[in-house]
Amino acid sequence: MHEQFDLIIEHGRSEKNYWCDLWRYRELFYILSWRDIKVRYKQTVIGLAWSIIRPLLTMVVFTVVFGKMAKLPTEGTTPYAIMVFAGLLPWQFFSNALTESSNSLIGNTNLISKVYFPRLIIPASSIITSFIDFLISFIIMIGLMIYYQYLPSWNILFMPFFIFIAFLASFGTGLWLTTMNVKFRDFRYIVPFIVQMGLYISPVGFSSSNIPEKWKLLYSLNPMVGVIDGFRWCILGGGSKIYLPGFILSLFVIVLTMTYSIWHFRKIEKAFADYI
Amino acid sequence: MSDIVIHIENLGKSYIIGHETRERYTALRDIISNKTKQIVSKSKYMLNGGQLIAGVDLEEFWALKEINIDIKQGASVGIIGRNGAGKSTLLKILSRITEPTTGRVMITGRVASLLEVGTGFHPELSGRENIYLNGAILGMTRKEIKQKFDEIVDFSGIEKFLDTPVKRYSSGMYVRLAFAVAAHLESDIMIVDEVLAVGDVEFQKKCLSKMGEVSKGEGRTVLFVSHNLSAIKQLCSTSILLNNGEMTFAGTSKETIDRYLLMNINTGLTNVFIKDHLDEKEVQIVKAEITDKDDNKRQQFDISEDIFIYLSILCKKAIPNTYGYMAIRNSQQELIIESDTYDYLPNCLDSLNIGLNCFKCKINKNVLAFGEYTFSISLASEFGNNFLLDTPGQILKFTIQDNETSRGINRKALTSYLLKLELQHVI
Repeated sequence: MHEQFDLIIEHGRSEKNYWCDLWRYRELFYILSWRDIKVRYKQTVIGLAWSIIRPLLTMVVFTVVFGKMAKLPTEGTTPYAIMVFAGLLPWQFFSNALTESSNSLIGNTNLISKVYFPRLIIPASSIITSFIDFLISFIIMIGLMIYYQYLPSWNILFMPFFIFIAFLASFGTGLWLTTMNVKFRDFRYIVPFIVQMGLYISPVGFSSSNIPEKWKLLYSLNPMVGVIDGFRWCILGGGSKIYLPGFILSLFVIVLTMTYSIWHFRKIEKAFADYI
Repeated sequence: MSDIVIHIENLGKSYIIGHETRERYTALRDIISNKTKQIVSKSKYMLNGGQLIAGVDLEEFWALKEINIDIKQGASVGIIGRNGAGKSTLLKILSRITEPTTGRVMITGRVASLLEVGTGFHPELSGRENIYLNGAILGMTRKEIKQKFDEIVDFSGIEKFLDTPVKRYSSGMYVRLAFAVAAHLESDIMIVDEVLAVGDVEFQKKCLSKMGEVSKGEGRTVLFVSHNLSAIKQLCSTSILLNNGEMTFAGTSKETIDRYLLMNINTGLTNVFIKDHLDEKEVQIVKAEITDKDDNKRQQFDISEDIFIYLSILCKKAIPNTYGYMAIRNSQQELIIESDTYDYLPNCLDSLNIGLNCFKCKINKNVLAFGEYTFSISLASEFGNNFLLDTPGQILKFTIQDNETSRGINRKALTSYLLKLELQHVI
């Protein structure tokens, strides 16, 4: 008699058509992303300009502190500002995505406790807002290149690949954090800390070529090292070199985090309404 | 068989609740050690996948237990019960928001659940934008919403404010818009939780008639939770009654509501009844209490004890042919013992003296089974000013334990009468 029913609800039963459901609910995904973008700068005076000011100021500070005062070397002959910004692009995306997505489930408590839909949509759609910021920053990057009259190399054609990797890194980590945040609200305090520390640990304000050779592999355990190096390679071209073993390690860490996060998320997704 | 669209089988849901343990005095040392213990036990527990609500001492709490229901296509079923009876938990499981702990549910058809009006409304967005947002959250596609957009706006009656952020709406407008979106949801099964508690009377009427249309006109299956009993009566032909997570009754809405009302009466009853203020009645019951054979007032008895009920009846004027009706009901409001004063002749109420009259009534041991009981009494006479002289209804409550028999509280029989097998002879 089971065959006549479309849907069976049972303890520990994961639906076989979860991924189909995800596809079915894609409109909700669009509309939630659209909502987040739309609401983002409501009741702010300068609105979208915030997306420009924040990375621009960070870039100026880093260029002055690391480039001018600490006199760290740039990569090849690239202006220090461009080198910083090439690293800042993926980092800002990553840190925004982390902040946004880690709070996404808790921020949508009312939805989770009242309506059913594949919960994966919520953190996924929250990353889209960060991606919009990323695109805006990219325009600044172009402006910066024009200002310095800097011509990027052909490597820039590989950009989409590295954007995709940045996406995976952000989504994987963000997903894990948001899942943990539902259960342990401690993570609300941990995430800003990770973001702040990460800015200095990752090669954002300086080039990763400053890292001594023997520590390079260990340093690459930080997934953002691979991503940032990749971005620099694309934008700065020949002057920047990718440390291949490190890059592969970063890539490996990213894929591992992603897989684990999705598995973990799926495992406790059904109990979200009880925890939240 | 094939027209059953919702099949619920042995459904249960448990939560773990925590209690704080209190100590008599607290030293800093204790606080530190307790806190450490808490952190360790909490994190251990949560890592193992538990859901902690508060506190250290953990206790399992069943919000729903052994629910079995079959619902046919096109039926509209009301769910009633007190707060905390498990109604919302049941709806949450049916709408896949939370997972059951035991049992299962099988459903055919598209389910639309409406546990709250205006879920996901964003205050900063305009009415128009919120229609799309809310529609998508409830599972409509953009195409569907577009098709129904005018209907929704019409129903809500807020055309003028369509492009105003909903945070500027009055709460009435907000609710109207929210319900309008939900009412135009297309689905085979609709699950609705207490949405009519909001809005003014006129709008409530509009909602009710829309819901009636949905269930009767379009042949959709509707599950409806409400504290508004007249709405249930109007919308649902059948209903189920939940109490403490268990389904205590299922039947026509009228019967179910009657049960529910009866159930509410006997809360707050004890083993003593004392009338607060005397009234003008000719004959009235002023006091009643339950005791054991040694005249100790008690509420709990064992099946092997005789139970005595003492009644004090104040008589201002002797009324001929007065008789008393007595009933004992179990917690399900099922009649277990029914009796009146004509069962033993002469009728003891025929010779009431002016003033206070005391009566005693014995319930023999091994009659009532393990459980909770209420005692009710009413007095009547065709010669009184009113036929019903005094009808206090259910006035006493007592419980019966079973510590005597080997099966104890697992005995399911309605009485506790014991059968004795005696050896006669050996062949």
